[in-house]
Order: sequence, then structure tokens, then C-alpha cells
Amino acid sequence: MPDSAPRDSRELRHMLGLDGLAPAIMTEILDTAGTFLEVLDRPIPKVPSLRGVTVANLFFENSTRTRLSFELAEKRLSADTVSFSAAGSSVSKGETLLDTVRNIEAMKVDAVVIRHGASGVPHFLSQRIDAAVINAGDGTHEHPTQGLLDIFTLRKECGRIEGLKVLILGDIAHSRVARSNIFGLTALGAEVKVCGPATLIPRNVESLGVEVASDLDEGLKWCDAVNVLRLQLERMNQGLIPSLRDYQRQFGLTREHLERADREIVVLHPGPMNRGVEIDSDVADGPFSVILEQVTHGVAVRMAVLFMILGHEREEGRG
Amino acid sequence: MPERIKACLIDAAGLERTLARLAAEIIERNRGAARIALVGIRTRGAPLAYRLARLIGIIEGTGDLPVGILDITLYRDDFLISNRTPMVRATDIPFDIQDQAVVLVDDVLFTGRTARAAIDAILDYGRPDRIQLAVLIDRGGREMPIQGDFVGKKVVTSPGEEVRVHLTEVDDIDEVVIVETEHA
Repeated sequence: MPDSAPRDSRELRHMLGLDGLAPAIMTEILDTAGTFLEVLDRPIPKVPSLRGVTVANLFFENSTRTRLSFELAEKRLSADTVSFSAAGSSVSKGETLLDTVRNIEAMKVDAVVIRHGASGVPHFLSQRIDAAVINAGDGTHEHPTQGLLDIFTLRKECGRIEGLKVLILGDIAHSRVARSNIFGLTALGAEVKVCGPATLIPRNVESLGVEVASDLDEGLKWCDAVNVLRLQLERMNQGLIPSLRDYQRQFGLTREHLERADREIVVLHPGPMNRGVEIDSDVADGPFSVILEQVTHGVAVRMAVLFMILGHEREEGRG
Repeated sequence: MPERIKACLIDAAGLERTLARLAAEIIERNRGAARIALVGIRTRGAPLAYRLARLIGIIEGTGDLPVGILDITLYRDDFLISNRTPMVRATDIPFDIQDQAVVLVDDVLFTGRTARAAIDAILDYGRPDRIQLAVLIDRGGREMPIQGDFVGKKVVTSPGEEVRVHLTEVDDIDEVVIVETEHA
């Protein structure tokens, strides 16, 4: 656990990852997200909580879902937002990342939501700028708000996290979503197994507190929920999998797999999906899928994270 | 210095009488209970709203009125002043407020900021016919042009004194007391 890890939510200044984040803080975020889910269902799904707060969304990698989700979360909280994409920016003129961010901070932003292809960038920035830093995915390191929204969805569907058996399926080695899920779920008392090609399972993965399922059928017979990871197609070019067809045959989640498991298994996927590769349409659109719920929950969870980092409570009883 | 109870303003029996009077006033002002809905402001406004709804239902013979619970944390205008972590709790308004007479219920009316935030929150749920404010205690000290429509008791406090409403649903006892705080 990092030395500077916040012990309770009052000390939460950034959201860099779930590794070492106190379970009590995660639980508080999940509880607060539940309230925001209700806000999203109101006739006017917007509250003035972060009026006067400015958030910069810095996306140095492509993103649709996460970026829209953060922007919506910020707007639902009445924050002012500015968004930046690396394409067509001064980064392409040779400006360093730190200079880019310092210039943006000089425009008086209170928080930076950042996605970057290099692991550790959010942590690096958090030590060098005054604004709050929220990690929207950094390299193969972490994607904490995705982890939290997955956990939120599981808690809502299954009623608990403690003792829940979760199978994470796919490219574990390169997946920041898998890492955030593992850190968050194990900290909250879930049992986690991973499943995928041997080339895509990190060595010493057991040191993260998870077990490796020998094959998909065995994993599905064991689990209450399966989180299917997107297969990054470039892994094929790196020779890590023989072919998409081979991957699909061994590790693609199909209706037949679920029928053989003969139990109700909640199916998650962080998106975007490669239908017919890691997940069949029958499953993605099937009765056990909560994939679209995850997207809705993502806005509520990100609202909770922003609110807990940037909002402060006044004294009660001031009438 | 711990808080010291200086005086008991209302005891359990007094609280029952006060709520009965407030219920009667709400009925009289609205010419019956046909389109009244009560919304209690967390924390102690919620049990007060349920009690008033039951009393109005008994008086009018209509059964319990609709009751909602409102958490106004997200609507506060002084959010970024202190350094404490916000605690947001659920809002639950299980009825359509459109064209209803919404009676906001709170335990203490002081600066008026809570009531102002509650009005903002209610308007996000629709357009009520009217919004009224019922409070158990009005302790003065207003910072907003807001007054209670139905007031249980007006109390003048000195600096260093605070009014505490205790309800059995939350505090295991019904009473309203004045306490001397450590700032006295």
C-alpha cells in the first residue's frame, strides 16, 4: 500500500487507483453513487453541488465511453468542463506532458481527469500540480473508476461483494480494468479467479490474491459473475495468441458455455465489445448481461468520485 | 467543553400537542388534505413529516398522506467552505409533485439556507402548485428572506446556545432542548 494512501474519505484528494485504497473509502463511494443513480432518474437530472468548480478532461488516448461518462458526470454536478484531445493539440508540436498540464492548470482548473497510454502518468502529475487528479485509465496500470463501476454493478445485481466469486476472463496481463477489478474486489472481500491464454496471464498473478482457472468451463462452474475483457486485437500481431478464431474457440464466452455452467451468472464487459470474439451477441444481449447497466452506473460512480474529491460538507444543523 | 442542556423547551407531551396544532393549521390553510404531500428534510424533518402525515390523515379521515424524504446536501450553497467530506444520503419522493401542495418539513429554521436548498431540490422534481414550510422550531437568525408558514415554537437564543430537537425515531426520546455549546 502506498504510504500516502488516504485513510478515510476526508483525505481523498485524487483518484489514482484502487491499489491500497481503503475499503471504507470504496464503500463510501459506492454508497454515494447509489444516491447519484437516483439523481440521474429525476425529471431534471442535475444538482448544483460543484457549481463554480472547473474540471479539465485530458484524453491522450482514444475514448468514447469513459470520456462521455466523465463529461456527463461533471455536467450533472454543474461543474464547468473543458476537454482536450491529444490529436491536434500542442502535444503534437513537441510540448511535454507536464508543460501541457501546467498550462491547463494555469487556467485555474480544480481537477484534471486524465487518460494516458503510459502507466503512472496520473501519479506523476498528482505530485507536480495542485489540481486534483483523476485517473481515467493509464497504460496497463489501472482504470479505477471502471473498477468501481464494475463493483457497483455487481453489488447492485448480487446484493453483496464480500464472498462473491468473480471470474475475470481474457487478457489479464495488459488490462488496467482487470487490475482495478482485482484490487477493488479483493479489498472488499470477493474471491477472484482469472482465466485466459497462458500468454496473457501475468506470471505471479497469485501475488495479487487471485487464482487461475484452468479453463473457461471450470471457471464458469465456480463463479457468480464473469467480467469479460476486450481482446486488444494488436495482441495477435505480437504473437501472443495464435488467431482470433482460436481465441474465440477457447475463451470466447458463448451461450453454450453458460448453459453448461447451469447457473445464473452475471455477465459484465467494460466495452467496447468485439462481438463474436471475446463475447457472443447471444450473451452480450442476453438475460444475464448487465453491460448497459454498467454504462449507466458509470456516470453515477464518476459523479460520486468527483463529488467526494471536490465537494465539502458544511456543518449540519445550520438550518 | 461538553454540551450542557440549559433548558427543556418542549417535552414529549408538548411535542404531540404542537404537532397536532401544526397538522390542523396545514389542513386549514390548504382547505382540506386533498392535494397535500409532505416532504421531510433529512434528518429529523423526515420523522416529523411522517408524524404530521399520520395526524392529518386521522383528522381528515383520509388515511396517511404521501410523504417524501429529501436530502439537500447536493443543493447547499456553502459546499466548498469547510473541509469535511460530504455525506450524501438518499432522497426518496415516491409520488408526482406536479400540482401538489408540497409542505416541506424541518425541525429547526435558522439561517434559511436549508429551506432555500430544499425549494431548489423540489423544483427539480416538477412544478408543485405551491410550496409551504412547516418547522418545529424557528430560532431566528435568518440569512435569507424565508419564513415558516407553520411554526411550532419561536425561540430566541443567545450566542453560544443551540436548539436541539430529539425524536424517538432518531434519538430514542422526544424533546426539544437548548444546549450551551463549547463556543459559549
